[in-house]
Amino acid sequence: MSDIGFLTARLRRGNMSAVEKLCQISWSFVMWLCVIATFGFAMLYSAAYGNWDPWALPQMVRFVVGLGLLIAIALIDIRIIMRYAYAFYFVILVLLAVVDIRGVIGGGAQRWIDLGVINLQPSEMMKAAIVLALARYFQGISLDDIGNPLALLAPLLMVLAPFVLVLLQPDLGTAGVIVMGATVMFFLAGVRVWKFVTIGVASIAAIPIAWSFLREYQQNRVLTFLNPERDSLGAGYHILQSKIALGSGGLFGKGFMQGTQSHLNFLPERQTDFIFTMLAEELGLVGALTLLSLYVIVMIYGFAIAFRARHQFGRLVAAGITSTLFFYFFINMAMVMGLIPVVGVPLPLISYGGTALLNLMLCAGLMMNVWVHRDVQIAQRGGFSDL
Amino acid sequence: MMINRDSEWVRMFNRRAAVLAGGQAVLVSALVGRLYYLQIVESDRYMMLAEDNRINMQLLKPPRGRILDRFGQPLAINQQNFSALIVPEQVRTLSDTLDALGQIISLSELDHERVKKEASRKRGFLPITVRENLTWDEMSRIQVNAPDLPGVTIDLGLTRYYPQHENAAHLLGYVAAVDEADLTGDPLLQLPGFRAGKEGIEKVYDMALRGKAGASQVEVNAYGRIIRELQRDEGEPGADVVLTIDERIQHYAAERLGPESASVVVLDVHTGDLLALVSNPSFDANAFSRGLTSEEWKTLSTDDHKPLVNKAVAGQYSPGSTFKLVVTLAALEHQVISPEQTVSCNGRYMLGNYVKRCHKVHGSVNMTRAISMSCDVYFYEIARRLGVDKIAAMARRLGLGELSGIGLPGEQRGLVPTEAWKKAARNERWSTGDTLNVGIGQGDVLTTPLQLAIMAARVANGGLAVKPRLVRPATGVDQPPDAQAETAMPSLGISEKHLAILRQGMSDVINAPGFTTAAVARLRFKDPERRTWTMSGKTGTAAVRRISVTEREAGPREPGELPWHLRDNALFVAFAPSHQPRYAIAVVVDHAMGGGGKIAAPIARDIMERVLELDPSRKPRVDDEQIATATAEPPA
Repeated sequence: MSDIGFLTARLRRGNMSAVEKLCQISWSFVMWLCVIATFGFAMLYSAAYGNWDPWALPQMVRFVVGLGLLIAIALIDIRIIMRYAYAFYFVILVLLAVVDIRGVIGGGAQRWIDLGVINLQPSEMMKAAIVLALARYFQGISLDDIGNPLALLAPLLMVLAPFVLVLLQPDLGTAGVIVMGATVMFFLAGVRVWKFVTIGVASIAAIPIAWSFLREYQQNRVLTFLNPERDSLGAGYHILQSKIALGSGGLFGKGFMQGTQSHLNFLPERQTDFIFTMLAEELGLVGALTLLSLYVIVMIYGFAIAFRARHQFGRLVAAGITSTLFFYFFINMAMVMGLIPVVGVPLPLISYGGTALLNLMLCAGLMMNVWVHRDVQIAQRGGFSDL
Repeated sequence: MMINRDSEWVRMFNRRAAVLAGGQAVLVSALVGRLYYLQIVESDRYMMLAEDNRINMQLLKPPRGRILDRFGQPLAINQQNFSALIVPEQVRTLSDTLDALGQIISLSELDHERVKKEASRKRGFLPITVRENLTWDEMSRIQVNAPDLPGVTIDLGLTRYYPQHENAAHLLGYVAAVDEADLTGDPLLQLPGFRAGKEGIEKVYDMALRGKAGASQVEVNAYGRIIRELQRDEGEPGADVVLTIDERIQHYAAERLGPESASVVVLDVHTGDLLALVSNPSFDANAFSRGLTSEEWKTLSTDDHKPLVNKAVAGQYSPGSTFKLVVTLAALEHQVISPEQTVSCNGRYMLGNYVKRCHKVHGSVNMTRAISMSCDVYFYEIARRLGVDKIAAMARRLGLGELSGIGLPGEQRGLVPTEAWKKAARNERWSTGDTLNVGIGQGDVLTTPLQLAIMAARVANGGLAVKPRLVRPATGVDQPPDAQAETAMPSLGISEKHLAILRQGMSDVINAPGFTTAAVARLRFKDPERRTWTMSGKTGTAAVRRISVTEREAGPREPGELPWHLRDNALFVAFAPSHQPRYAIAVVVDHAMGGGGKIAAPIARDIMERVLELDPSRKPRVDDEQIATATAEPPA
């Protein structure tokens, strides 16, 4: 009893030892992540016609690295994370700008920076960075301040900058996830609903302007989504083939590695954006719902952590990260099912891709970090508050 | 204060986070609902679409059945042939590849356009025929240059080949690319390079010759590349069609006709087997099989000798004096004259104040003499006594004015006029003058050479309603292979006595002592068995123009003085041997340099001699087993 009471006090103080923190990590949460990732390895194995190369094995290696990253982040004092939230955000923002500028100079759109070990996609990292930065901002101001429109100007700019940079790449899907993640942050921070309505109306009014910024292929994708029969062998072809693959999977699917649509190349990008289609084709509705349930479990963990956290920063980070995760898989799945236009958003923990996986492990690490530091008291201005 | 604030924060956060989680739960339900819709509700439809995607049916062309003559001589076979195909999705750019290919083999502008048009209509992985009938040389040049020609492949196919070239071309018809109009249910028709029968036997027996398409079910990927074969059904090769024709007689007859525009029909008077059905001039059906150039087409279609028309069945001629067979039999049946009764011919026949002329002054003629001399006055007289309808009835019994039943495309009925016909067709009353014209086979009466041969055969075989036959029954069951077997045929109800009188007259046309109309048609066998054999026949010379009064005054003109298309047609019908008729023949020479006796009769004699020598009806035909084997193995 006393042991626990002692621990609780120390938790609140935040001066836990590394071992204590390790014990605090929710290993069941980590296990669920591993289950999802294993699902992914299996699908990548199938996508390569039953080969560990070229996708499944590198993905496993990255996942193991990612697990290390998760644990490492979980152990960092949350106040340190809060302190460096802005810095992290700015580094990613600068990298985004670098990618964009290089794209303009090089003439070709590139989304990544070659770091030698990994091709880093700053736009992926921005999904986590924006959540951290906004959480940091809203931790720092009072509820009264939030009512003040001027106080919202800075966070709005914080969202707008990466949004524009990502949109210029152009990466409609990621830009959307960033904005949606940020919107959730504003909402949870207590910004009045009418302000969202105002911004929303303004955005709709701006659609024609935004339209002109879209590349032709993006315009086509939106148009095709609105009317799939418009171009059955062009952009609509992918949606159609994806729906055929999903539908033909039926209740129990065609069997692992038996997907005809995916293995005969009717599906584009079966190892990345359309991997859910392959999963649903081979494992059927049962497999698809299993994966969906696993995501829901992870989300429940996320919201539980958010409700349980004693500080605004933790609450916002946990809920924001959870929502970002939600947007990842929702947009991906809705896209392959033909509910929304084709946008390049990977399926979290399943799709092949280094940065996305690392970013997700970073996000999971942040969630764990909040959990481990749920009771730590944080001063309004951040930093290590007095006891 | 601080605590209050904090709890207010927490309450609001919890409220809003709950709303957020709720919203996300709704969206997740939407995903579940969509999954349910796609994977359960619409699953069957999508499964079918997935199978459609995955499985490609490839039809396998069955080899087309051969056409053989009665002794198994090939008249139409399949020959190996190389064609260049192009798979549009495998080329870098279609026009570049075509240009490159054009450097190696000759390609016309038309070929370029056709390929591009086809490429725009078909799916990219379906091969398009660029050129067929590549020579070995061209084929090897393409093979050598293959690395520079991605998407170009060589296909080994079978094309129709007519080894006899011009011989029997009308009869056989030809095969050609399928028209849009022909696209019936048969999936075979959509195969690239498929040829369907267009004329003649090729058209009539197209279904049997075609065979049944085999199919290969292959799994393809999204690019149409074949991954593996799932199932294969070889289909059935087309059945061979065995004709009654004797290729040797057919060939000889065509050769004998030389450059004339003419037709010959040789018929077995008992079985109705057509041993030759010749229309001259002919064309090489192989040209149609490979595709005619517009130049060739123009030459063929504008020739005034009409090489594309099968005149033996589609040519309608005034029968001239050959029609006197009909009039004779009608006269005897209706007893308008007795065989011995004579009619006096002074070279002219008065009808009111209208004069009809005979080609000669014959004096007093009885029936056999009238036939052998072909005295028009005699026939004017008996025709007048008969009236046209009785003549028409007899003509129909002998097979005139109706289709023969052999079913060749383009066959004409001819015309046997009656009083009622004239009323209906021209709204004019039938006149006695019309009857007189019909009495000598002029006027409105029209016959085809085939009908003339049938007429001669029915006279020769004792008045049996023999029907001509071009194709040996497919099974061979209803007809024993024994050539002697005669099919039981209904009698036409013509008295054998009357027929004997007519046959005597026909024999006299050729064989009466002294000079006869067609003495030239006497058979010339030297061997003891056949030395006494004779042929019986009837000449006919039919005017193709109305002869004006002034022209008649000036006297008959020599055929050589007239332009070709105004000359008379020369006809001859005959059967042999006279004592035991076996074969009937009809020869029609268009616009000949002389009458039936001068031009047509010697041709008939030569051909009949050849027929009697070969005597195809008495020789066993190619037997069923032999045909069965030939059908089972695709011709090499």
